[in-house]
Amino acid sequence: MPLAADKPDTDKVFKALADAGRRRLLDQLHADNGQTLSALCQHMDMSRQAVTQHLNLLEEANLVVVVWHGREKLHYLNPVPLHAAYSRWVQKFERNRLDLLHDLKHQLEGNDDEKA
Amino acid sequence: MKKPDYVYVTYIQTTPEKAWKALTDIDVMRQWWADPKGGCSRVNVSDWQLGSDWKHQRADGSGIVDILGKVVEFTPPRRMVLTWGRPSEEHELAKHSRLTIEVEPYTDDLVRLTVTHDELDESMLKGISGGWPTILSNLKTLLETGRPLPGTPAVH
Repeated sequence: MPLAADKPDTDKVFKALADAGRRRLLDQLHADNGQTLSALCQHMDMSRQAVTQHLNLLEEANLVVVVWHGREKLHYLNPVPLHAAYSRWVQKFERNRLDLLHDLKHQLEGNDDEKA
Repeated sequence: MKKPDYVYVTYIQTTPEKAWKALTDIDVMRQWWADPKGGCSRVNVSDWQLGSDWKHQRADGSGIVDILGKVVEFTPPRRMVLTWGRPSEEHELAKHSRLTIEVEPYTDDLVRLTVTHDELDESMLKGISGGWPTILSNLKTLLETGRPLPGTPAVH
């Protein structure tokens, strides 16, 4: 459970992503969603305790969600905050760049109506 | 029971009642159940009685049904469980997967919305798992700002 009462925000998402080990955990869940801690530890060259700490940080950022399935605690990749960060911080700039290219093309090729 | 295929969670600054309305009221749903990058809105149509049919319908006037199923559980404003099938497999309930939507109060002004899908087959998993993050971001943006993400088809 995310412990803090404040809502999971963009800062936490970027902080959680700023670590190769945590990114590897996300990759593992992307390849096979819904894994136990033990299963995740098998592919990580760090202590079980370190993996737990990384998972807690990912959970606080809402990038990982825990679901109890019977007696098993399963970890799921939650891509929703990634999508929010993407539309806020990546898509916007991509669009500007495309607009820029579009304007450049217009300037270089001239106005279609005038040419016709 | 098999483990869920995917679990999506988003925190939304709203009340459970408003979130529930957005999930069940066609006029609200058509404002957010869409991909801003293309395609028309979709709405879920049902009388929401236990055992009733529900249909995931295009809101462009065509009435085309993309997904359908049965209402398994409906507990406003907290939890709904629906079966999720292809129109060609409407009566083959064993081939339907199962969608659960849960709305929980998280703090005073924050709601935790969870979407869980289980018993999906491979092709359906590929087809829909990419869509949920967009749809849920759209819902969150609409409830928090009163407008969906830029590019969402306008409602007529």
